[in-house]
Amino acid sequence: MYGGKFVPEILIPALEELEEAYHQVQSDPLFQKEYHDLLREYVGRPTKLTLANRLTDHYGRAKIYLKREDLCHTGAHKINNAIGQLLLAKRMGKSRIIAETGAGQHGVATATACAKFGFECVIYMGAEDMERQRLNVDRMRLLGAEVRSVESGSKTLKDATNEAIRDWVTNVENTFYIIGSVVGPHPYPMMTRNFHRVIGEETMEQLRYSEGELPDYLIACVGGGSNAIGFFYPFIENENVKMIGIEAAGLGADTDQTAATLSIGTPGILHGSMSYLLHNEEGQIQLAHSISAGLDYPGVGPEHSYLHDTKRVHYYGITDREAMDAVRLVSEKEGIIPAIETAHAFAYLEKLMPLTQRDEIVVVNCSGRGDKDMETISRWFHENQKL
Amino acid sequence: MSLFITAGYPDLDSTVDLILGFDKNGADIIELGMPFSDPLADGPTIQYSSNVAISNGITMKRIFEIVREVRKTSEIPIILMGYINPIYKYGVNSFCNDAIESGVDGLIIPDTPPEESSIIAVEAKKAGLEMIYLVAPNTSDRRMQLVDDLSSGFVYCVSVTGVTGARSGDEVAHSVGKFIERVKTNVTKNPILVGFGIKNHEDAKRIAQKADGYIVGSALIETIRNHYPNKDWKVHVFNFVKKLKFGNL
Ligand SMILES: Cc1ncc(COP(=O)(O)O)c(C=O)c1O
Repeated sequence: MYGGKFVPEILIPALEELEEAYHQVQSDPLFQKEYHDLLREYVGRPTKLTLANRLTDHYGRAKIYLKREDLCHTGAHKINNAIGQLLLAKRMGKSRIIAETGAGQHGVATATACAKFGFECVIYMGAEDMERQRLNVDRMRLLGAEVRSVESGSKTLKDATNEAIRDWVTNVENTFYIIGSVVGPHPYPMMTRNFHRVIGEETMEQLRYSEGELPDYLIACVGGGSNAIGFFYPFIENENVKMIGIEAAGLGADTDQTAATLSIGTPGILHGSMSYLLHNEEGQIQLAHSISAGLDYPGVGPEHSYLHDTKRVHYYGITDREAMDAVRLVSEKEGIIPAIETAHAFAYLEKLMPLTQRDEIVVVNCSGRGDKDMETISRWFHENQKL
Repeated sequence: MSLFITAGYPDLDSTVDLILGFDKNGADIIELGMPFSDPLADGPTIQYSSNVAISNGITMKRIFEIVREVRKTSEIPIILMGYINPIYKYGVNSFCNDAIESGVDGLIIPDTPPEESSIIAVEAKKAGLEMIYLVAPNTSDRRMQLVDDLSSGFVYCVSVTGVTGARSGDEVAHSVGKFIERVKTNVTKNPILVGFGIKNHEDAKRIAQKADGYIVGSALIETIRNHYPNKDWKVHVFNFVKKLKFGNL
């Protein structure tokens, strides 16, 4: 029931063309080679699987590993997908790239790929996000992209996505829309998930080498859900691997300042697909809130809705405050300043670790690094007199 | 001539008067917009009117009341136009029943193409509502025939690839002729109405020579926006409507 192609008629031919092109490249060894070569030589894959020994000692229970997507070129997992979709755009003969961005990581990844391949690039970003992720705006501009400020609605990721879709409707002939998460109309959620599967596949391989076994728990943060699904997907069939997706609860899932879509939302249709949503009685989309721009979205990828209903993945909300405490803990214990999005996943260790055993293994997907968030992080800790 | 307005814009109480006035001044069909917070096929004008209407407190129940009120004195066909999420949230079945019961004639749901029509088509048909689908300049011949098959009432031709209100009338005029010809050879069962970018009588006249009718939305909302809430704002709006249809009298 989730997913679909709830888009204006104008986009139907574009989605059909995309589906066909994607289908072709999946079994095209030349395309796959070019993609995997780029992941290796440009993105820096495989990313490391780091044993977090001081964090492990801190909790004194299961062994904690970190999948280091923060070590990808540009600082987050987003580039796995941006590179993949850009190669597809090139294959399809499109000359102009557009994208939406929240935290700016997908915008930076897309601008980077466009610079590398010489494509025209327009990024839509909510005015509020441009403010709180200013450094990423400058990065995109330096990379040659045009960043368009979106002033409508909540001035965040949802509205940037609306504007990107309107651009696509208008310029559909020559434009490829690189969607930044596992959201949007079919085939985007599937395609984006497949470009991120490498995260889980590497984790499985690396863990087999270091521990000789599968993990007991996987934890990842969920905005639209791309890093989480890429991390989880290769393990889905292994019923013994428990998976937890962490949403942003903002000020609390029981307040109206939240982005905990799966925890408190209900099914609906936004941005081309059916999935869980935060919307009111009248079906108007509610403004989400999270301190992290990348999780500040009132929807979620359709596959996560399915995994939520079937209870294969457990979803949980972490507040702004819990996430910021985790930023500090992980920085001090592991010498890694995580992105605030990622810190939501780390914060869940507080709940999970007391329930684990010493012979178990927990892997956290460290989806991105916190450099982009330093202004928000500084402000938070100064206000709380902790810096 | 079909006119689009957003229900609850510029205020909750004016919508009934506007519809009745449009009827008197030459409109043949009313497309009544059900506002949505995230109208991704709409340009700035209809985004604006939707936001105002939502802040004014428009609800689905209130939209049905508006239609019921109009039905007391007017038989003008009313098509509800809006995005699928508010309908889905209301409950597709209750929505279709309440719509027909209040006097609605049909539905246009721009983000529900034939691929996704199963979400509502059966209920709509059972209730007796017309379902109007859209074709665009990049729609293939074969697909136009499919849309013709599925549609009842009329087929909505989006004259340009873009969002509502996007382009000027001149640009539309140049590209639209060939497109309408192509639609006419493929859409044979239903009348065709052309919308997007029609701003004045000249645009309308040009379209009317080729198609069965035309739809004006953003230009009408702009006119309301320019005159509301001045004294006599409705007079100006109705004059605009009269001029759209008949030219300068
Ligand atoms: C570092 C990082 N993690 C997670 C996310 C959330 O996106 P997704 O849920 O698609 O992985 C973002 C989005 O901007 C991000 O930058």
